[in-house]
Amino acid sequence: MKGNSYLPRKLHSLLGVIPLGLFIVEHALTNYSAYEGGKEGFSKSIDSLNSMPLIFWLELFVIWLPILFHGVYGLYIAYQSNMNTGRFSYGRNWAFTWQRITGVITFIFVAWHFYETRFQITLGNVAHEDLGSHMNGIVSNPIAFTAYIIGVVAAMFHFANGLWAFLVSWGITIGPRAQKVSSRVCMVLFVILTALFLLSLFAFRSDEFASAAASALSSVSIG
Amino acid sequence: MAEATTATATGRKVKFIITRRERPDASPFTEEFEVPYRPNMNVISALMEIQRNPVNAKGEKTVPVCWESNCLEEVCGACSMVINGKPRQACSALIDKLEQPIRLEPMATFPVVRDLVINRERMFNALKKVKAWIPIDGTYDLGPGPRMAESKRQWAYELSKCMTCGVCLEACPNVNDRNSFIGPAPISQVRLFNAHPTGEMNAHERLDALMEEGGIEGCGNSQNCVRSCPKGIPLTTSIAAMNRDTTKHLFKRWLNA
Repeated sequence: MKGNSYLPRKLHSLLGVIPLGLFIVEHALTNYSAYEGGKEGFSKSIDSLNSMPLIFWLELFVIWLPILFHGVYGLYIAYQSNMNTGRFSYGRNWAFTWQRITGVITFIFVAWHFYETRFQITLGNVAHEDLGSHMNGIVSNPIAFTAYIIGVVAAMFHFANGLWAFLVSWGITIGPRAQKVSSRVCMVLFVILTALFLLSLFAFRSDEFASAAASALSSVSIG
Repeated sequence: MAEATTATATGRKVKFIITRRERPDASPFTEEFEVPYRPNMNVISALMEIQRNPVNAKGEKTVPVCWESNCLEEVCGACSMVINGKPRQACSALIDKLEQPIRLEPMATFPVVRDLVINRERMFNALKKVKAWIPIDGTYDLGPGPRMAESKRQWAYELSKCMTCGVCLEACPNVNDRNSFIGPAPISQVRLFNAHPTGEMNAHERLDALMEEGGIEGCGNSQNCVRSCPKGIPLTTSIAAMNRDTTKHLFKRWLNA
């Protein structure tokens, strides 16, 4: 391939943390409100997000375009890598390999998740206030629920480990001790974010969201 | 020693499984050899034994196995090959410390010339690309250069131990046909020459080279290189330090232009 891959690769690394990492934290907190505040708490969080000014442009430049670039260029990076954990079964080499595997899983998961939620809102099939019950409808299906758990764990590992690599690639953590400490911090972040998302997934399966789903389904039919 | 002598007396053999090929474009095949054990032998002396008596484990006469070696004290890097799955130098691979059968393969990340012989030309091209030297040639005496701090000299010396052996490229999952990455070794050499008080005067040229296609961005942080380097060079520290310098250089290029 001709051209210079330095800038796109650097941009790929940056976008994964800013803005996508910030979006992940926001998403985790918003979802967690379903666990903490139930249906009402979740609706409130959704309302406050949607009442932000220039919400369409924020979504476009802070979420959609960065995800599109990070995802598509990331697939190319994964294609360029070999897997040699058989010969070199070191922890960091496994993390390198899992970074690519979870990246591909996350790409598929995010595409599916976007289609089922945000895109259905664009189509007018789901209203913002019905998102909680809509999620209940999805995660009540055991296969979809399992897919969500896999997707969430993969995405959070990819983000946490990617943050570790970002710190190296931008020359922030240089020595082995700094890199070891940052890898521990990132793994704690992985556990916390995964826990937040998993708790919200279980909350969406609860009766509170189920009863809402029943009433919502009677008024809106979802393709 | 007494044990070893007994072993020789009883005709103890060392078993080898060697991945061979006749020509660069020929398909590889494996051939097994049984070499009489001698005390303190290494992989090179076993290959020399095969060269002397080119008979495989089946007792058939065969073509001697080709390999490259030079210094025999792990400073030249010529005899690098994959021994029992790990890339390393054959001269410092002692038979007594290896699990048998001993599997020898060429470092196939590089073009294989024949049997265990590989072409490491891409490494030397990479050194040229990043200008891994200090330009002092001229028409008049430039006088003495600036002094180097002893504390700096000590870590820079570690980087100077690189023998361009290719083990770090073989271990790196991002050095392959689909990727233009130059590999860890030349990046560490940029750090070495940029640390030198005279070399520092051309630091920007080496950083520019690292920011080209196939440069430092090809690193995926698997960190296999630092685990594999026979000279214990802190390659990942060098890469991260050059990540910092290229990042600074990038912003300087934008803001100073």
